[in-house]
Amino acid sequence: MDAIILQILNGLDKGSAYALIALGLTLIFGTLGVVNFAHGALFMIGAFCAVTLNKILTISYVTIDATQKDFLGNPLKVQNTYVESWFGPNLGAAIIDWSVPLAILFSIPVMVLVGFIMERGLIKHFYSRPHADQILVTFGLAIVLQEIIKLFYGANPIPTGAPEIFRGSLDFGVLLGFDPNAIIYPYWRLVYFLFATAIIGGVFAFLQFTTFGMVVRAGMADRETVGLLGINIDRRFTIMFGIAAAVAGLAGVMYAPINSPNYHMGMDFLVLSFVVVVVGGMGSLPGAVLAGFLLGILESFASMNQIKNLLPGIDQIIIYLVAIIILLTRPRGLMGRKGVMEE
Amino acid sequence: MTNSNFTRRGLLRTGAATGAGVALPTIFTASSAAAFTNEPTGGTVTLGFNVPQTGPYADEGADELRAYELAVEHLNGGGDGGMMPTFSSQALDGSGILGKKVEFVTGDTQTKSDAARASAKSMIEKDGAIMITGGSSSGVAVAVQGLCQEAGVIFMSGLTHSNDTTGKDKKANGFRHFFNAYMSAAALTPVLEKLYGGDRKAYHLTADYTWGWTMEESIVAGTESIGWETVNKVKTPLASTDFSSYIAPVLNSGADVLILNHYGGNMVNSLTNAVQFGLREKQVNGKNFEIVVPLYSRLMAKGAGENVKGILGSTNWHWSLQDDASKAFVKSFGTKYGFPPSQAAHTCYVQTLLYADAVTRAKSFNPCAVAEALEGFEFDGLGNGPTLYRAADHQCFKDVLVVRGKENPTSEFDLLEIVEVTPAAQVTYPPDHPMFAGGQLGKCNPGA
Repeated sequence: MDAIILQILNGLDKGSAYALIALGLTLIFGTLGVVNFAHGALFMIGAFCAVTLNKILTISYVTIDATQKDFLGNPLKVQNTYVESWFGPNLGAAIIDWSVPLAILFSIPVMVLVGFIMERGLIKHFYSRPHADQILVTFGLAIVLQEIIKLFYGANPIPTGAPEIFRGSLDFGVLLGFDPNAIIYPYWRLVYFLFATAIIGGVFAFLQFTTFGMVVRAGMADRETVGLLGINIDRRFTIMFGIAAAVAGLAGVMYAPINSPNYHMGMDFLVLSFVVVVVGGMGSLPGAVLAGFLLGILESFASMNQIKNLLPGIDQIIIYLVAIIILLTRPRGLMGRKGVMEE
Repeated sequence: MTNSNFTRRGLLRTGAATGAGVALPTIFTASSAAAFTNEPTGGTVTLGFNVPQTGPYADEGADELRAYELAVEHLNGGGDGGMMPTFSSQALDGSGILGKKVEFVTGDTQTKSDAARASAKSMIEKDGAIMITGGSSSGVAVAVQGLCQEAGVIFMSGLTHSNDTTGKDKKANGFRHFFNAYMSAAALTPVLEKLYGGDRKAYHLTADYTWGWTMEESIVAGTESIGWETVNKVKTPLASTDFSSYIAPVLNSGADVLILNHYGGNMVNSLTNAVQFGLREKQVNGKNFEIVVPLYSRLMAKGAGENVKGILGSTNWHWSLQDDASKAFVKSFGTKYGFPPSQAAHTCYVQTLLYADAVTRAKSFNPCAVAEALEGFEFDGLGNGPTLYRAADHQCFKDVLVVRGKENPTSEFDLLEIVEVTPAAQVTYPPDHPMFAGGQLGKCNPGA
């Protein structure tokens, strides 16, 4: 039982990342009708916002410590951060320690700007083109973006830690009446799940309870009629692209302490997230979220030894297997709307 | 009046026949003189450096390339000579190789077998490379080694740790300086017993490809030989990025040691995940839970950050070694590039010197003469202590380092500390060891 609870928790935090990326993909597809293969790159850029802020906060000046030697036998050059010298060692260290949460504030304008430039500079020219063209150009864009990141940050993963207070793990089992150490779960993964839930809730609330969101939903349902009412729906959809980019970026920022960011991480998530969107139903926001969590949990269960012993290799194909079954039985996905991608 | 059969047509016929007769031995002579692929004819000789310049191991490839450029500089008489003065052979004098200036071309393996073969083929066929070297993956090494065997050039592998490279996939034209999975296990096992005792339960997470399998097989054999119980061996997909669902079952498996048979990005992520799940702080069976990473790389350790602290592993070489050769190499590399070399850089630099030395001693670029010079060659002064290039499998036998993630690093390079230098004798195995069985070295192919 404890193993099952543990895998559900695992699935929830994996699913959180899938759901956040798939939510952004669906927002873009639902509003602009664009299949955005560069969305994984936005997730990756978000993670590198956390890396960048950490690097900015740790910009250093050098002092020479004659009592220690470097690898060449010269006096050791000691790096001292400006932040610690300006704010004092305690506050300075705390600011650096909290660089990932602080990167949330840093990443929102960056990601909205990146999204705006992507949409206005490239993707808008492909609105009337076939989906195949859109996939090709956005996939190419994703490769360009990841190569730019590699140029500046190298190919190796860059460790980006969570704040010290969140580095331990919670003995979840004790809370549920199990033995100590039976269900241990890292604090930061719980934070990630709660954060993802809040972002998803925020996006739904924004679309559900604001006038802007109402217009966007109306535009998603019938773009032409909304346009005929004198509403500049294109401008709102461009803003939605920026919001979708910010959602992907925030998912990336908060993911940085879970796995050290590297230039390829967007591609690792992209294909799975597309499967999530298709399983959830193209254009359906609740479907994307539901499928994200569902597939995350299924993937975790498929990694259990008992399952792997029964069906070797199932952990590598489970998501695709489920996608095939769902598309065969429900061609529109779990919550797909009639008419979407069916013409 | 004189009757003569001597006609103009007859003269031409006889002349042509005589000319052909005279020329025939010359053709045979010329053929035997150019009897191997890409024989250098001018004042230069071209080496082919096939390293990952793109893809996940691009940083490791960049360090390999730095080392190759440094080796070429030293071979041509530039710089401070690096390890040439400490190298026991003393055949190299800084005048290139056999008096020919060393030039090089580079290829990008992308850490993909097909791309690596294509770039090696291009360097051999278009650029006239006489020797191919480099790489950061066993899959690539095995693929390129096979190609070099067919093409008739020497392959001096870079970073490749699978037993198969000099085991079932060994080739007469291929040579490996880097250590292998068996050696890692042989070096680590006594240290594991000394530090963690003989009563342990180990859980293995293994990258699901050739290197992972041989690493797991080797370390399982090692730990079981000291009485450790193997609780489980779980294969993880090479493309995995989040290992949480593989780490979670470890918690309640009864294991008190987690062995991560992972390298590169897999190692960074699985170790990070294991530490996040509190395994380092966990007590199982009345003992501290321990994590072991059999193959360490400083470049990879950097990616895992603080998570490597206290974690045991093995490495082929480390810049903190204090022998004259290592110090000379670190000084040379560090002065040129501003940071210490990685183990990948070291093995690539050494392989280049070893090749150049073998050519010089053989007085020929002929791959078969070079192979003969390398086979059974005993040397010292290249940073690993006395070393043997064994003739039976073209594997180097030398000391292996057991290292541990440093608790208080003084710089971003100071991540590992040496726990023990395991002598070569302890990691040596017979050529017909079952873990290396299944392949034949075959005959040297000079190509052409």
